[in-house]
Parts: sequence; structure tokens; C-alpha cells
Amino acid sequence: MSMNNQGRPTGTGASGFTSTSGSALLPNEPLLFEIGDTEHSGVDLPDVTISASRLGGFERKMPLDLAGLTEPEAMRHYVRLSRLNHSIDSGMYPLGSCTMKHNPRLNEKMARLPGFADIHPLQPASTVQGALELMNQLSHWLMTLTNTAAVALTPKAGAHGELLGMMAIKAAQDAAGQSHRTIVLVPESAHGTNPATAAFLGYSVKPIPARDDGTVDVQAVKDALSPEVAAIMLTNPNTCGLFEPQVIEIAEAVHAAGAFFYCDGANFNAIMGVVRPGDLGIDAMHINLHKTFSTPHGGGGPGAGPVVLSEALAPFAPVPFVRKGGNGLELVEHAEGGALGRITAFQGQMGMYVRALTYMLSHGGDGLAQAAQDAVLNANYIKARLQHVFSVPFGDYPTMHEALFDDSFLAGTGVTTLDFAKALIDEGFHPMTMYFPLVVHGAMLIEPTESESKQTLDHFCDVMAELATDAKAGNATRFTAAPLKAPRRRLDETRAARSPILKWERKDELPKAAE
Amino acid sequence: MRYLPHSEHERAEMLGVIGAANIDALFSAVPKQALKTFDLGLPAHSPEFLVEAHMRALAGKNHAGADGPFFVGAGAYRHHVPATVDHLIQRSEWLTAYTPYQPEISQGTLQMLFEFQTQVAKLTGMDVANASLYDGSTGTAEAVLMARRLTKRNKIVLSGGLHPHYRDVVKAYLKDDADLECLSASPEGQGDILDHIDETTAAIVIQTPDFYGHLRNLKTAADAAHAKGALLIVVITEVVSLGLIEAPGAYGADIVVAEGQSIGNALNFGGPYLGLLATRKEFIRQMPGRICGETVDAEGQRGFVLTLSTREQHIRREKATSNICTNSGLCALAFSIHMGLLGEAGFTRLARLNHANACKLADALATVTGVEVLNKTFFNEMTIRTAQPAATLIERLARRGILAGVPVSRLEPSDPSVANLIVLAATELTTDADIAALCAALSEELA
Repeated sequence: MSMNNQGRPTGTGASGFTSTSGSALLPNEPLLFEIGDTEHSGVDLPDVTISASRLGGFERKMPLDLAGLTEPEAMRHYVRLSRLNHSIDSGMYPLGSCTMKHNPRLNEKMARLPGFADIHPLQPASTVQGALELMNQLSHWLMTLTNTAAVALTPKAGAHGELLGMMAIKAAQDAAGQSHRTIVLVPESAHGTNPATAAFLGYSVKPIPARDDGTVDVQAVKDALSPEVAAIMLTNPNTCGLFEPQVIEIAEAVHAAGAFFYCDGANFNAIMGVVRPGDLGIDAMHINLHKTFSTPHGGGGPGAGPVVLSEALAPFAPVPFVRKGGNGLELVEHAEGGALGRITAFQGQMGMYVRALTYMLSHGGDGLAQAAQDAVLNANYIKARLQHVFSVPFGDYPTMHEALFDDSFLAGTGVTTLDFAKALIDEGFHPMTMYFPLVVHGAMLIEPTESESKQTLDHFCDVMAELATDAKAGNATRFTAAPLKAPRRRLDETRAARSPILKWERKDELPKAAE
Repeated sequence: MRYLPHSEHERAEMLGVIGAANIDALFSAVPKQALKTFDLGLPAHSPEFLVEAHMRALAGKNHAGADGPFFVGAGAYRHHVPATVDHLIQRSEWLTAYTPYQPEISQGTLQMLFEFQTQVAKLTGMDVANASLYDGSTGTAEAVLMARRLTKRNKIVLSGGLHPHYRDVVKAYLKDDADLECLSASPEGQGDILDHIDETTAAIVIQTPDFYGHLRNLKTAADAAHAKGALLIVVITEVVSLGLIEAPGAYGADIVVAEGQSIGNALNFGGPYLGLLATRKEFIRQMPGRICGETVDAEGQRGFVLTLSTREQHIRREKATSNICTNSGLCALAFSIHMGLLGEAGFTRLARLNHANACKLADALATVTGVEVLNKTFFNEMTIRTAQPAATLIERLARRGILAGVPVSRLEPSDPSVANLIVLAATELTTDADIAALCAALSEELA
């Protein structure tokens, strides 16, 4: 059974949302290896014989044991599996910090043009002038929107971009004889990738506490600055959904101390076309093309995390990059001077560049600004509609593109934030981000993005309010047992971690679960 | 604007509920000198057909693989991707889902990742695999760091047959530190990495088939590494080779990293691609990246979750095994569907077809005056030495509409000994006519 919820209390939802009891359309799907076998195949290929192999005696002897499916079997397997997923196309995804916006299909169509999809990264530059021009155009948009001097396109994701940005800072400081700078300041509200990146590069991480209003304490930054500080890694708008009101003062203090300002650009969606980070004094900032510029998340990637760089860091950009040469555009593929070299094979995520530029051209400068304003409008609307239901930890400023609540309304109900979020699943929504940022106890971080209509926002707010009322009324089982209508009930994550089963094994094989 | 649902009337209504006079009031925390004080000078929003025309014009300036004979490989390979694969990965539920943090409503992605991990483990002959990394090059850097954590040793030796980009990425990740030893390019399959292993060695890194196409002996490498307490990291840039060549796990490899692009993923000018990483079961807690595991739900039904997350940045912050957050989920899906369509029977046939075409290519090239094939062993890729510098020769052939491979000097510009070398690949898409056209053009250019 999958959607069967017979005999269980479900609640009806506040605004008439009803489930379809459609379990017949959502059967459990066996594993690929339980359906297929090693003889079936969905690909017709000639069976050639090789008279004189050049494999030098390294022929495969270990069985492949890979199950195959014919095309109709494969179609059914993957379509059935797909229906067990929530997706932005099927419902709202109010995940704070993740920017789950609509993914336009024109982007997909363009990325599949043979002139983009069927070109090799090591073809002669003369045969890929259009691709290099596209990279230049994307760079122009990114630099214009941020008012920065340079951009490194190649990082494969946001965390990779962070790594690159911090490497560029390290390279610049090493080149200036500043290698003694070994400390990186990271506000407590930061994404986990920030301290992980700084530690990866050998920096020690010094946390900066948040003020009671959810913003970074300028005085705490000034007090922490010293000749040993290499950089601050600051997210702006920050993870509490607030624009750092004293960001310029922070930048000036950081620069006065000889350090760099790395900005985590995960929340750029709130300000694109409205505020240029370069005007705030940033030196490096990654931009998640898969958040802000609508390239699909794909169930966890691929992403792309280009990094814009200030004048001071531009000479330390990695290879490759595009420049104008005597015979048109050329790729500079080898490091010159103090550059930090290469952080990935080839040219980065071209498929994402195509999608992001398509998105930019569709919106135009005016549409991007409107999208940012709508994202902020939507978050403030949710905050306004729900602030009397949930407590708002930081109410001093308007929120940006995220509405942050805490779980104090659940005190004494026997319902946890996690339970509350799981109950949202039964109402047809993906849960919000929970327990992050860490600076708020029981945080619930909601990011509607600009893609949600007022009608959807109203429905979401109605459901949230009704759930809160029900939790306070003592109907704890609706929450502690949730979800009841999803393809699975709650999964035992402790068991998964304690005795990991990470692959399918034949029943007749010896049990050898990894420890 | 077609992607923005609000009418002006609705915006005004919402501002009213918020109690804000206008939209700028919501940006009141932004310092005055930074809020809309500029003219972006960017074009205005545009209808779909105009955007499409703009992008088609750019695409039209590129020479696509299907436009003529094509022999470019060197870490990215032009294979056929079944229509089913691209159809399925564009389904909304796959394309527009987030990372499966809420497993109850992400079982599609999670079960697929479990199947993917199983496929990768079987292909490589290893115990376990993760849920993918960005690509093969960054995966190699992650494997090197993983080996350092596992052995608590620092010395890393990179074979001269490792893809030069991969070497450069490892150098950047390791900040080119003193414990990194990069052996010089070995286009003829020469160079004895085994002499460089000692008691301080964390790992040796060997690619097979190597950058120049030669198959490397992993058995002697594994034995020599293990004798000194070091690990063997095997890198594979062409996963199709595993249909014919022995699995690294059978030789005793400790970590296997591969670029998975060849299965299910287009060339895409270099990305997005797909890093595969597989290892021994005793090493799983030092693996980087996401891992999916089997469990049960509250009613005892089989289900899947992301697991072992105590290694990861969102839990461990500065103590994480890696800063990785995003992986290559959709590319892993494409790989898994394509591999599921192939199955053992199809995958073996595919590998054989690649090898057969490469044999034809090598035999044909050997007959061209001014061309010497350097490989005694290969899978679908080989290196030739030409009587003229390779870079300009490749350029002249491109003008004739033939993409004849990669001049090694493009990746190793400071090594004059490789100036006349070209790396070429054949795949199932290579035809006899392509090979004949290449050989005829080479003969004319080298005459």
C-alpha cells in the first residue's frame, strides 16, 4: 500500500484541499534489478566480433550483473518512480534558502540545440565561437547585475563557487605577502558550506554572533578584525531573510583591516536588478544559477555557481576564461601570473549557462527586478498573513524574500517543528526549511519565490493557520503520525545510518551490509 | 511578463495587507546609496520567439558533432543517448524536484539513486558508491583528500597518464603542496609510478585507459601500493570501457573515480557531467558527497533516505568531510536510465562496438604516411604522432569539416615533447566513411 490511509485520522485541511485516495495510480515500484535481468535490453546494437583485440589481456572477467529493461519496461519503471516525487511543477516548494522557482521550458529547449548540446569542450575554438560568445554574454549580465569587474563561470555549484572565491582570496593574499592571515569570520547564521569551505582551505573559523534583531553585529565584526583575519564570509540578504542594514559599514571595516569580503550569494534572488552587490563593497560572490536563474534542481543537481570578483581579485580568477583575440574569441586555458589554476576539467556547466542566459533574456533587466520585487512581496505577504499565528523572531525590518517564524507556538502541544512540517505534506505542500538558520530555535524558513500566485499563497497561509490552530487544540496525532497520505510514512533514518544498506544485493549473495 | 503571476491589482492588494505604501518600503533596510541608483542598461523582457531566435543564432555559429567526422575524446565522449532517456529526465517530477530531504515525498529520486549506486558499484567492482559528484575531475580531487583522511599520510603521486585537467584540478585543490608529486606526461604508456611509492604515500592515482589511451596494469599497482600501506585510486574517464575491461575492484583498487558523462549525457561543451565515486565498504564514513540508503517506514515498508549525513557540511560545518552540497542528480538519473536500458547485454555490445571501431581507426591511421600510432593497447582512444605540429594540423582539418581529435599541446603547452601528438577517439557513432575521410584528409595535409 502506498496512499492507503484507512482508519487513520487525517484532518481535512482548512480550505477544501482533498486527497484523491489515488493509491491505485501509485503502486509500489520494485527495484530495477527486481524487474529486469542481464539478458533484456532496451537498446538495439549490432553484436560485433573482434578478431584482434587490443585489450592487452585486461579483458573483464568479473560479472557485470547489470539488469536491463526493454523500452516499454523502462518507460513504466521511471514514470512510476517519478510519481513518488513532489516537484515545483506539481506544487509549492516553500523551502527557505533554496529558491524553488518555476523552471521555464524554453530554457530546456535551448539547452538541447545541437549547437550547444553536441559540441565538445576540446574542439578548436574556431568551431565554437557561438558558445564562447554565449559565455561572454552571460558574464556581461552577471557583472552588470552585480557591478563587479570580473566573473569566473566554471564552478559547478554554490559550494564549489565558495571554494573558488576563497581560493582567489587566498591567492591574492599570498601574492601580497599576507599569508599570515589565517582566520575567516563567519556569522553564526551562515550556511554550513561557509565554515566547511573555510576549514577546507586551512583557515580557522571565528563565529560572529547575531544581534537580537537577526542581523550581524557591526561592532562584533570590528572587534574580531585583526591582521590575522583573511576574510569575512557574509550572506546578504542573510539566512534570516533580512538585508544587512550596515553591510556597507561592515565592508569598509573589513577592507580597512586588509581583509576581503566574501558574500554568499545564495539569496541573490531577493535583490537582482534592484541592488548591486558591488555597490555594497563585496569582493567575491557566488551566484547559484540553479536558484536565482531558474536552472532546474533536478533532484539535487547539477547546479552552477559562477563567482563575480572585484577589481582586486580579478587577476586571481581561475582558468579557463574567454577573451577577444586576433581571430575572434579565444579560451585562455592555462594560468598566467598569480592565477590559481583550474578547479574543474573543461569549461564548467555550459548546459546551465544556456538555461540561465535564456532566462535572463526572457526577463530582461526590468523583468529580473520585477521578479526580485515579487519574491520580496510574496514573502512579506506570508509574513503579514501569518505573523499573528506564528511568532516572528526578528520583526524590526521588513523581510526580504523569506519569511522566518519560530516554533514557540508549539510549546506544550506535544508537536515538534518536524511533525508540523510533515503534516504540511498531507496538505499537498512540501515542508518549509526547518531548524535553519541555527540562530533561531525551531526555525521555520519559508521562501515562496516570485513564481507563486496570490491564490496559492492564500491557500498556503490558510493551511498553515489551520494546522497551527489544530496543533494548539491538542490534535497531536495529526502531526506526530504525519504524513499519512504520502507514498511513504515516516522513514527510519537512524536505522539507515546505523547499518547502512547502500546497494541492492541478490538474495542468494552473502549478507554483507557495510558497517 | 509571462513567468510572473501577479497583476498590478494583486500587487497593490498584497501591499495593502502588508501595510506598505509601495514596494520600495519593503527594501527600507537597503542603504539609500545602493537602492536602484543605477541604470542597468540591460535589454527589456522579450517574447519567447525572440529569445529563441537569439539563442539559435549563437548555436548556429558552432560546429556540432553531427556536422561531420568527429574523433574528439580526451575525457568527454560523443555517444548515442536513447530518446527515452531525454524524454524521461524532462518529466516534471524528476526535473523540478529538490534534493530529497523529505524522503516521504521523494521516493522516486531516492530509489533511483539507490539503483544508481548499485549500478556504479557493479560496474567498478567495488562495495559501495555515492550518489554522484560534480564530475570526474573534482571527484579525483575529492578522492585524493579522502585517501589522506583514511591513511593520515600526505604524499600523493599522480601518474603521467592522468588527464592533465584532472592533474591541474588536484593541484589547485591541494594548493600544489610539497606532498603532491605529478609525474611527467607518458604518451607512450611509459613511466613507472611504482618507484615513487614509499611509507609516507597516502595514494597513487592511475587512470586506465589513460589519457593517451593505454590500458594500465592495476594489479601490480595495487600490490605495490598496498605493500607500503598506500591506497590505489583508479580514475576512468570513459566508463564504456568497463564493458570490456576488467573492473578495478577485481585488481584491488581502494577508490575508483569515473567521469560518467558517456552514459546518458550529451557533450554539452564540458558540463554538466557526472562524477562517480566507489570504494570499499570500510571507507564509507570518509566518502564525500551524498549517499542514499535503504530503510523502512513506520509501517515497515521498504523505503530510501539520504544517510550518513553526519559527514556533511550542513551538520558538521567546519568539520565536514567535504563542502559539497549539490551533486549531479539529474545527470545520475540520465546515466541510470541509459544503463538500465542497456543492461549487461547491451552494455557489453556497446563496449565491443566502441573497441571494434577504434581497432578500425588504429589500423587505418597506421597506413597513413606521416602518422605513427603510439598505442599497443587501447579501448576506444589512442595517440598518434604526426609529421607536423598537431595544433595547426587539427585547425586545418577543422576547416575541412573534420574534428580530428585533441592536440596534446592544448593541455600540455609547456612540454615540447608532445607538440606533434593527437589524441583521438572512436565510438559507436564513428562510421567507416568517417575514418576514410579522416585518413584521406590527413594524407593530403601531411603530404
